[in-house]
Amino acid sequence: MNNYYLKRTIRAVLTVWIVITVTFGMIRLLPGGPLEQLRGKLLRQGVSPSRVNAMIESYQNVRPNQSLPEQYYEYMTALLTGDMGQSFLQKEPVTAIIGDALPWTVFVMATSTLLIFLIAIVWGALMAYREGSTFDLASSSASILFAAMPFYVLGIVLIIVFGYQLELLPTSHRLSPDVEPGLSLLFVLDAIDHAILPIASMVLTGAGLQVLAMRGNAIQVLGSDFVRVARLRGLSDRRISVRYVARNAILPMYTGFLTLIGFNLGGSIILEQVFSYPGIGYYMFQALEARDYPLMMGIFLIITIALVLAVYIADLTYGLIDPRVKSGDSRETY
Amino acid sequence: MVSDGPDTDTFTFETSGSTVEVTWSDRLQDFYEEFIYKPGLVAWDDRRTRIGAAIMSIYVLMGILGAWFYPAPESNQVERGLGPFETLSAPLGSTGSGEDVLGMVIHATPEMLIMVMSGGIFATGVAVLIGTVAGYKGGTVDRALTSFSDVAMSIPGLPLVMVLAVVFRPRDPVLIGVLLTINYWAGLGRSIRSQVLTLREESYVEASRTMGVSTSRILFKDIIPNLMPFVLVNFANAARYVVFASVGLYYLGVLPSSVDNWGLQLENAYSQEGALVGGEALYQLIAPMIAIMGIALGLILLAQGLDRVFNPRVRTRLAGESEATAGNEDRETNTEVNM
Repeated sequence: MNNYYLKRTIRAVLTVWIVITVTFGMIRLLPGGPLEQLRGKLLRQGVSPSRVNAMIESYQNVRPNQSLPEQYYEYMTALLTGDMGQSFLQKEPVTAIIGDALPWTVFVMATSTLLIFLIAIVWGALMAYREGSTFDLASSSASILFAAMPFYVLGIVLIIVFGYQLELLPTSHRLSPDVEPGLSLLFVLDAIDHAILPIASMVLTGAGLQVLAMRGNAIQVLGSDFVRVARLRGLSDRRISVRYVARNAILPMYTGFLTLIGFNLGGSIILEQVFSYPGIGYYMFQALEARDYPLMMGIFLIITIALVLAVYIADLTYGLIDPRVKSGDSRETY
Repeated sequence: MVSDGPDTDTFTFETSGSTVEVTWSDRLQDFYEEFIYKPGLVAWDDRRTRIGAAIMSIYVLMGILGAWFYPAPESNQVERGLGPFETLSAPLGSTGSGEDVLGMVIHATPEMLIMVMSGGIFATGVAVLIGTVAGYKGGTVDRALTSFSDVAMSIPGLPLVMVLAVVFRPRDPVLIGVLLTINYWAGLGRSIRSQVLTLREESYVEASRTMGVSTSRILFKDIIPNLMPFVLVNFANAARYVVFASVGLYYLGVLPSSVDNWGLQLENAYSQEGALVGGEALYQLIAPMIAIMGIALGLILLAQGLDRVFNPRVRTRLAGESEATAGNEDRETNTEVNM
């Protein structure tokens, strides 16, 4: 058991290391890659060559005239000390921009994912329980219809309807201009107000397939032997539904929940652009447009680390929650 | 499909004392019967498959015939700013620069279909290859391939695709399809691996192994055919992902704007034609939205319908008459009571 945790931890660290190396390679080794482009751009602007090297160095923690291993070493040590370089767009350290934007994105995405799963579990279980009824049919059709809508399309629709036509909710920004961040009721309400539409577009489009998955799980559990035996034993419906059905149907969705937060962080680039919501996705897109590679790679790394952590936590805790999952490798190989 | 490789020789096996020869064409026939015709029947029995297939054929027709016969959109081809259903020359109206909205929707279809196909084939192909080899071989091969998938899985898809799209500026739809699914296969590969883990313990696989059949033949002949329904379901899911991601990236302008795409149409209607404020250009927004949602709906319905082939409670109906479904036998027992 302990061996498994150790192995899994090593693998998570290894993955992050590989991804960092890949980003280094993308910046440094791609033909006509970002550093070449940046150098060309600066030279065209009439910056002297020696100054160009100094600027590149401060932006990306890479000294262009060093050997490749030396550059790699510098890049890694800078990252380990939390230095992701300087954004050329915002003229600020990348870590400062991310530190400011990340909580907002996490707030929107974690809330959306949580809501998606709450809806999926309750609704899917109800549908399974009334399998074949009109309620089941109508809910299944609605789930499929909502899943056919990309979240950004629903986002545009919501902006038009609730933002411009009804003028009920703000269509952009994370706060109203006159609200100061702080622990006041006004701040919390204003933040929620601005997050409602982005969250709604994620939840409505994301819940459909999860509801159907939960319905499938629950139907399978309802049909299994141990539920029938439990009925024969005369256990109460409450006990059966909570102890037997819910537990076994929710389990397969648990890992999905944590990984979905990670994946949704990636989707934040489109979402935050549609809603002009300055989270990390918004800045990532700005960085992409302006070819601001330090900021782009910094956010890319942060999202990757979030995903790795999510999967790592899911893997570690799944065994605790579901004792049937045997960790470790005892299989015979051919 | 895959099971019939270049091996045109015959092989023999013992059935209750007598030796039966199975020829290549017999096996082709068998494969068709067991893995395409019968699952197809089950799937076709589902209303969702039929509707999904109908929707997809509309898109294929639109992509082939429509794009062939319907005039391509150009500036000033019709009067500027026509509303929908005003003239027959532009049934869905025209944009502010006089482009036919319906023409724009139709002419974006072929490239979308190519993207969807190439993305789907790439994602499922790599997933099947890595998943089956890892699951079947086990040991070091498994560990290496699984770690590789793990790393690929840990890289967030959309940001990675965006970075690559900005660096490479791909224009070819086949390339865009592959690029969009550059790490989509990883999660799928993992689930295929776990399916293979149960499949390889099946008695007929074990029999092939004892007979000394080569690994590649066992994979192609015994294992992959059993995965076909699952692979098809995931092909449809990957295709839907390609639609959503490509339209999103075109909408943001990350992919080059020289190609017709519903995403560009959305962007144009939204930001330039002022569809969001006045509501006058709303029809220009609705046409591409319907196109996107239609194709996604078709793909989801297909996936859901095909998923039924997987659903053990439905498959038991055929299990009595076909031994090919035995691949999933352990999952099928004890469920028919609940039918």
